[in-house]
Amino acid sequence: MPVFLAIKEISYSKGRFLLIALIVALITTLVLFIAALAEGLGSGNREYIQKLNGELIAIQEKVDLSVAASQIGRSKMSEIRRIKGVSDVGQVGFAAGTIIFADGRKSLDIALVGVEPGHPGEPEVQTGRPLGRDRSSEAIVDANVVTQGKVKLGDTITIKVIQGTDEELYDLKVIGISDGRKYQLRPGSIFVPYLEWDKIRPQATQNIGQGELVSNIIAIKLDDPSDWKNIANTIQANVSKIQVVDRKTAYEAFPGYSQQQSTLDTQRYFTFFISVLVIGGFFQIQTLQKVAQVGMLKAVGASNFTVVIASLTQIITINALGVLFGTLGTLALARAIPPNVPVVFVGQSVLTAIVSLLMIGPVGGLVSVWVLLKVEPLTALGLAQ
Amino acid sequence: MREALIAEGITKIYGEGAGAVTAVDRVSFAIQPGEFVALVGPSGSGKTTMLAIAAGLLSPSFGKITIAGQDLQAMSERKRTRFRGSSIGFSFQANNLVPYLNVQENVELMLRLNHKLDRKGRQRAIELLTRLGLGERLRSYPGQLSGGQQQRVAIARALIHEPSVVLADEPTASLDTSRANQVVATFAELIHEQKRAGIMVTHDLRMCKYVDRVVQMMDGKVSQILTERQAIDALANLYVTIDEGRQAV
Ligand SMILES: Nc1ncnc2c1ncn2[C@@H]1O[C@H](COP(=O)(O)OP(=O)(O)OP(=O)(O)O)[C@@H](O)[C@H]1O
Ligand SMILES: [Mg+2]
Repeated sequence: MPVFLAIKEISYSKGRFLLIALIVALITTLVLFIAALAEGLGSGNREYIQKLNGELIAIQEKVDLSVAASQIGRSKMSEIRRIKGVSDVGQVGFAAGTIIFADGRKSLDIALVGVEPGHPGEPEVQTGRPLGRDRSSEAIVDANVVTQGKVKLGDTITIKVIQGTDEELYDLKVIGISDGRKYQLRPGSIFVPYLEWDKIRPQATQNIGQGELVSNIIAIKLDDPSDWKNIANTIQANVSKIQVVDRKTAYEAFPGYSQQQSTLDTQRYFTFFISVLVIGGFFQIQTLQKVAQVGMLKAVGASNFTVVIASLTQIITINALGVLFGTLGTLALARAIPPNVPVVFVGQSVLTAIVSLLMIGPVGGLVSVWVLLKVEPLTALGLAQ
Repeated sequence: MREALIAEGITKIYGEGAGAVTAVDRVSFAIQPGEFVALVGPSGSGKTTMLAIAAGLLSPSFGKITIAGQDLQAMSERKRTRFRGSSIGFSFQANNLVPYLNVQENVELMLRLNHKLDRKGRQRAIELLTRLGLGERLRSYPGQLSGGQQQRVAIARALIHEPSVVLADEPTASLDTSRANQVVATFAELIHEQKRAGIMVTHDLRMCKYVDRVVQMMDGKVSQILTERQAIDALANLYVTIDEGRQAV
């Protein structure tokens, strides 16, 4: 009965309901783009750290968790490795580089990441093989380098790095390809054995360790990942001059990361809030226009349940329809977006956005429900109590 | 035959203290199945209030309404709503029909409410509407109908679920005389034929020729109960009576 009424009314006023579904669709597109941008920028920033195969990260103390400023000597690594509960450790260093192409294609900026072969920090390869030896001109490239630089397994790529004031070129052979591992918004990532990395990275700053091999961070893999809090404390208590944090804390401390995400979140919440008002308001007006009719229905014997469910069915259906249109439209649009634009439509924030958009219906309909419950059947006779 | 509707000592007082209005004052009457009663009286005399109480839409301050042997006041709100759907038929002055349902669906609504919509029910709805001259308009929407046609759809809706009591609030208010006559004549015919107990509130005394009895209200009280014959005879004098009643207030 309520569903019958809901469907009949929708099909009777198709135009009006289609219009509101269209508004929902547009709002959906807007919210999804913001979410995709948040996801794209966020993951472009944190992806490598987020997917790191180690639960904890050691950073130099008193650098405000700035990975770029952090310098940790190799001796710290051995100290950390000895702590009970630590399974493995790996030095990781970050530098900026550019892949240049001989055929005149546009060069591609990359994060040049030094990792220890076989230790935490080295990404898993999806095709090809992992890094073999500590010193070799081999590299794993991430999926972004493949899509954006058209680099294939077995290619030899040329990396340009600034050494002081000079440009230095290095040739690297691509032996493995990992999934996407962006770091701090560089369009792609390249992983090279740590000793090799130490040789080719920009040498602008002097090592603070006395001739010791220095890295930005140490990736720490634990025997029992769930015990990370305790072990982080133990490491910090036993190894001097380092700070140990989990991955999330590390990437949230990236320059601008949290501000960017919270700005985008605010936009998203705001848009969401506006849509609740728009959709809720629309149905509210619709409901107020129907008071006489609802009074009549109640007078002739329709229950509160019937009128409320009829109304909710409508608002939920129309809203869901709008979200569906909007999502399909957005996905169609997304195909036309060039790959270097940082929007990611598959991911947590987009899913959350869709779910919350679907909630607009029921939430926006609550006020209408209250109005409907308040309508007195007596109004059908022109009387009111 | 057992009465379809019994009103016993119905009193309705709106408000409290100094501002209290006694809209209905100790009204009692009974209606048999197959009997059609007109409720007349000047504006403010309590007709609509009485109708609302008889329908279970308004609780009387005192008194008791019994429909088909059931005491309306003894029911819970939910039960009363369901009871209205199954045992009472309604035709209102305005906003009678659901705008987004067509004529047939509007009538079938009452069967749907009672989970009684089957092929036989549909057939009866079509027959009833045809009888009321709407056989060609089954698929029309209320917005496409004239006032008289809408009123006839409402009458069909009031009768389709075979209620004990049929209540109509000024069914002819928006109609011209010839249409009003036509609508009320068919209404009366159906009530008699189907043995429903009908009450029609009306301002239009000319409509009294179609009813079996006229209950006249004045200041919340029943001032006269006339038979059909007396009503027709008294018709010319009634306007005078009402005017006198007004002046007396
Ligand atoms: N909600 C209310 N609160 C207070 N007084 C009311 C209320 N509803 C009606 N009344 C009063 O009760 C009395 C009877 O009203 P009612 O509407 O039943 O009369 P009526 O005979 O139907 O009049 P009309 O012919 O104009 O429709 C009137 O004096 C009216 O002012
Ligand atoms: Mg009235």
